[in-house]
This record gives sequence, structure tokens and C-alpha cells, in this order.
Amino acid sequence: MGLDIRIPLGMMFTILGCLLAGFGFFSDPAIYQRSLGIDVNLWWGLVLLVFGALMLWLGWRAAAGRTH
Amino acid sequence: MHPREIDWVIMGVYFVFVLGIGYTLRRYMKTSTDYFLSGRSIPAWVAGLAFLSANLGAQEVIGMAASGAKYGMATSHFYWVGAIPAMVFLGVFMMPFYYGSQARSVPEYLKLRFDEKTRGLNAISFATMTVFSSGISMYAMGLLLNLLLGWDFDTSVWLSAAVVLAYILLGGLTSAIYNEVLQFFLIVFGFAPLVFLGLKDLGGWQGLSARLTHVATAQGFAPQAWSSTWSQMGDATSNPMGVEWFGVVMGLGFVLSFGYWCTDFLVVQRAMAAHSMSAARRTPLIAAVPKMLFPFLVIVPGMIAIASSVHTGATGFVLPHKADGTLNYDLSIPMMLSHYFPHGMLGLGITALLASFMSGMAGNITAFNTVWTYDIYQAYIHRGASDHHYLNMGRVATVFGITLSVAAAYVANHFNNIMDMLQLLFAFVNAPLFATFLLGMFWKRATGHGAFAGLLSGTAAAALHHALTLPTGSLAGIKGGWLTLLHGYPSEMAQNFWTAIWAFSVCFVVTIAVSLITRPRPEKDLVGLVYSLTPRLREADQAWYARPAVLGAGVLAATLILNLLFW
Repeated sequence: MGLDIRIPLGMMFTILGCLLAGFGFFSDPAIYQRSLGIDVNLWWGLVLLVFGALMLWLGWRAAAGRTH
Repeated sequence: MHPREIDWVIMGVYFVFVLGIGYTLRRYMKTSTDYFLSGRSIPAWVAGLAFLSANLGAQEVIGMAASGAKYGMATSHFYWVGAIPAMVFLGVFMMPFYYGSQARSVPEYLKLRFDEKTRGLNAISFATMTVFSSGISMYAMGLLLNLLLGWDFDTSVWLSAAVVLAYILLGGLTSAIYNEVLQFFLIVFGFAPLVFLGLKDLGGWQGLSARLTHVATAQGFAPQAWSSTWSQMGDATSNPMGVEWFGVVMGLGFVLSFGYWCTDFLVVQRAMAAHSMSAARRTPLIAAVPKMLFPFLVIVPGMIAIASSVHTGATGFVLPHKADGTLNYDLSIPMMLSHYFPHGMLGLGITALLASFMSGMAGNITAFNTVWTYDIYQAYIHRGASDHHYLNMGRVATVFGITLSVAAAYVANHFNNIMDMLQLLFAFVNAPLFATFLLGMFWKRATGHGAFAGLLSGTAAAALHHALTLPTGSLAGIKGGWLTLLHGYPSEMAQNFWTAIWAFSVCFVVTIAVSLITRPRPEKDLVGLVYSLTPRLREADQAWYARPAVLGAGVLAATLILNLLFW
């Protein structure tokens, strides 16, 4: 069906990953007391970013394969 | 802890994508098949994740965590016994008939295999049930959003209804399926770090188990009762569920589980939308892989919450109490979210919860609009109209279904008892279903009269069993025993399992008996609908590892290993 779900999926997680990682990088470390001292925003944001990028790459690769 | 800007932005991004997908898909919705069956064009992995998400509604996530707190690791029986085997059976044995018969819905299969009245009974009870389930789900969400975000009940209900309405109206089943995939990943990414932090806080699995021994011994059970699955199942009195292994295996693992996963159109519809027979068969098998790991995402948080609450004076948090003084297990996940997640991740966690609510609701609505349009409207109200007419009817049914769900949510908010009674009634109607499908697919002699009589008597048997038994400590009434009391069960769960076993057995026997005295259908009419009259599918063109039987065996072996690891 026309739209490859991996493209919106990848876009959404790339955006969410950037938002979280960016917020984690600039936020006050004191707020991470509750998460046992781990900057979960930064680390998990990076995980989401990698997942999003992977989905985008898979989706674009498939789209390129269809046009050739 | 209420959300801040960053949390709202994350929720906002999710809503933009949910609606954006519906908007992008709207131009592909040209025929009723596009709208109700995604034009049978969905790849297996997408259908598989949607199959899983459609079932991952509000009650599932909140309820499984609550059960994790209440019963411990044994709750994973609902996955490793009560879901995986049935999903494998659906993919390997039943999907060839659902997909191969070209039926557009489960009730339509019943019409092809049996007759009009069996279809009508199933279609009407299913349509009613989906609308009310979606309403109950919406009600639960209203309560939770009120607690987490401080929204009032009306805002929560109307906003979520409007979003789900918009994306289904625009993109039909495809939109629901695509959003379910989004929701699947959000739930995984939202809850996984929560479980990680909770476990780390309590000293890992070992630390969790050690604390759970206090929970168990305080209630008079063996120390490992909360951290094991089977070791305390020898006797109903030695585990907090109050069930013994036979009830678990037969009641939950066989009757209830196969009755739900193999016959409920809500999940089967996702597989029917797959692009080919082999993709349709792989759909439940692909879904089974994440399904077997879900106990760690949804049950373990409940165990963390109870371990944290009972062992005072250490790290962790305490679950709030309900009005009657008991711990409010339903708040396990929301409490953990606000205890462990800083702003940012909190937004992601709330989004994951919202996603699970909406996927559950959307699953019900897409199943409802299809059954309404094909099995009720086209069958009994307006035959022979143009395809375009039915496509439009599907859109009207979507609006109508969601409106009814909202009404049901308000009814649930005001009259809790009515909803409990309805759910009980649905349980009676569903309990015998699998016997009908099993005989229909694997015994060519089964007749329409037999199936119809079997379903009615199975439902009657369920109601009668409920009327004559009661869990200990309950009052006669909604919990059972409303005729007279013949037998007491150690728990409500044990009573439910045995109600199902009775309903199934009565339906099975009555269907056979009535079939034998009624005229069978000519065999040529049953080709493609019954196992013995359908040519075996050729699988030679598929790689060995992609064959359903191989995948199914692998899934079952992995599930067995999980059972042994957490024995």
C-alpha cells in the first residue's frame, strides 16, 4: 500500500531521539537523581535516534530498489 | 509529577505522526477492500506487529502490571501458556482456511462453512462486544489521564475519540495497522528503560526475587511464590492466583486462549490484511516472538512495584492505597513512570501509555466497522449495493462505533455494575466459540444446525456454571452463585477457567450430537473450508526457515525454554 511505514516510523523516532538527546545534553544534571544518576534522556535519545535512522535507511533503500 | 514543556512536545510529535499517517493514506482508500482489508497488501512483519498491538490495549498494559503485583511471575502464564500456543495454531493450521476461503471477516467464514444463522449470532454478539470493549478501554484511559496529566474525564475521552476517529476515517484499516506499528515501538521504547531502572534500583532480578520473598511469606505462601511460574501450581491453595496446573493448561491455555486468539476478528483481521497466504500465516508467528518477551515489559513492572511497596525503609516507592485500604495495583506503571523518569523520558512514557490506549480502541473500531458493514448491513439491511456505497457505510460505521464507545465510557463511569455484567455476558458468549471453529475446520460432518445449537448451549452452560459456583469469600450475585451454590472455587480466576472449560465441552458435545442427526452439506461445497477436503498448501517454493511449521516449532521451543528458566 503506497506508503512504506518505515519512513514515518523512522522520521518520528529520529525527531524524538533528537529532542530527548538534545534535552538530556543541556538539562540540569540534578533532574537525573530520580533515574539513579543516569542521564536517561541523553542515552535513550541516542538509542531512539539510531533506531530511527536505521528505519529511514531501510525504507529509502527499498524505495530506491523499486525505482531502479 | 505533572508533565512539562518537553513532555508535551514529545506527545505532540506523536499526535502529528498519527494523524499524518491517516492523512497520507486517505488517497489510497478507493474500494471497500482497501478500507476494510487494507487491499490485502500488508507485509507480514507489519501485520505481525499490528496483530500484537491491537491486543495491547489499556486493560492489557495496566491490567498485566496489576496482576504482576498481585500474583507475581505466574502472570506470564497469560503469555507463555495463554497466548503463544494458540497463535502458533492459528498461523499453522487455521489461517489457510480464513485466508484461503477469501472470507472478509470471521463471521463470514462461519457463513461459508455453516449457515446464515451461525454467522448472524456471531456477528451481532461480536459487534456489540467490540463497541463496549472500546468504551471500557476509553473509560480506563479517562481515569488514568486524569491522574497523570490532570485532564478531566471529558477532555480525555473526547480528545482520544477524536484522534482515533480521524485516523480511521481517513485511512481505514491500513491507518489503524500502521499506527499500531508505531504504537508497538513506542510501548517497547517507553517501557524498556523503566524496567531497566526499576530492576537496577532493586539490585537486579536477584534483588527483586529476594524482596518478593517478603511479599510471599507475609501472605502465607512459599518464599518463591512471586518469582516462579510453575513451582507453586501443584495445588490451588499454594499460589496467589488460586488455580492449579490443570485449570491453567485446560482453561487458560486451551479454551480461553484458543477461543480468543484463533477466533476473535480483532486480531485475525490483521492477518487477513496480509499480502499473501504465506504472509498471513506468518503474521501470528512473527507476533509471537515479541509477545513471549512482553511479560518482561508489562508484568515485571508490577512485580517491581509490589516489591518496592512492601519492603519499607529501602529505596523505591510505595503504591498508593485504595479507599478500602488495599494497595492500588492498577497504578504500578503510572507510579513507576513518575518515580523513575525525569522530564523528557516522562513524556515518552506517557506517550507509550496513550499509544497503547489508542491502539486498543482502534483495533476494536476497525473490527466493528468491518463486521457491521459486511456481516450485518450487507447481509441483512441492504444487499447488492455498489462497492462505493459499502465504503461509505464503513465510514459512517466508524463514526457510529466511536460515538457508541464514548457513550459506553460514560455509562461505565456512572454505573460500574452494568459494565461488569456486560463483560460477564461476553465471557459466556465467547467461551464456547473455539469448539465451533475446531469442529468446523477439522470435521467435515459438522453442520450449521449443530454449530448453532452448540454455540447456544455452550453459552447457556457457561451461564449455568457461573450461577451455581462462587469464589470463596464472595457474595452471591455478579460473582456467581445467583441460582444456588453447588461448588466453591478458591479464586475468581479458577472459576473463570472452569466456566470456560464447561462451556467448551458442552458446545463440543452438542455440536457433534446435533450434527450427527442433521443433514451434512455436500462435500464439494466445503472445499477450502475444511481440513480434510482442502488440498495441502505447497511450501516447496519457500525457504525452509520461512515455512510456518518451522517458525511455529521454533516459537514453541523458545516459549518452553522461558517456562523452564522461570519455573
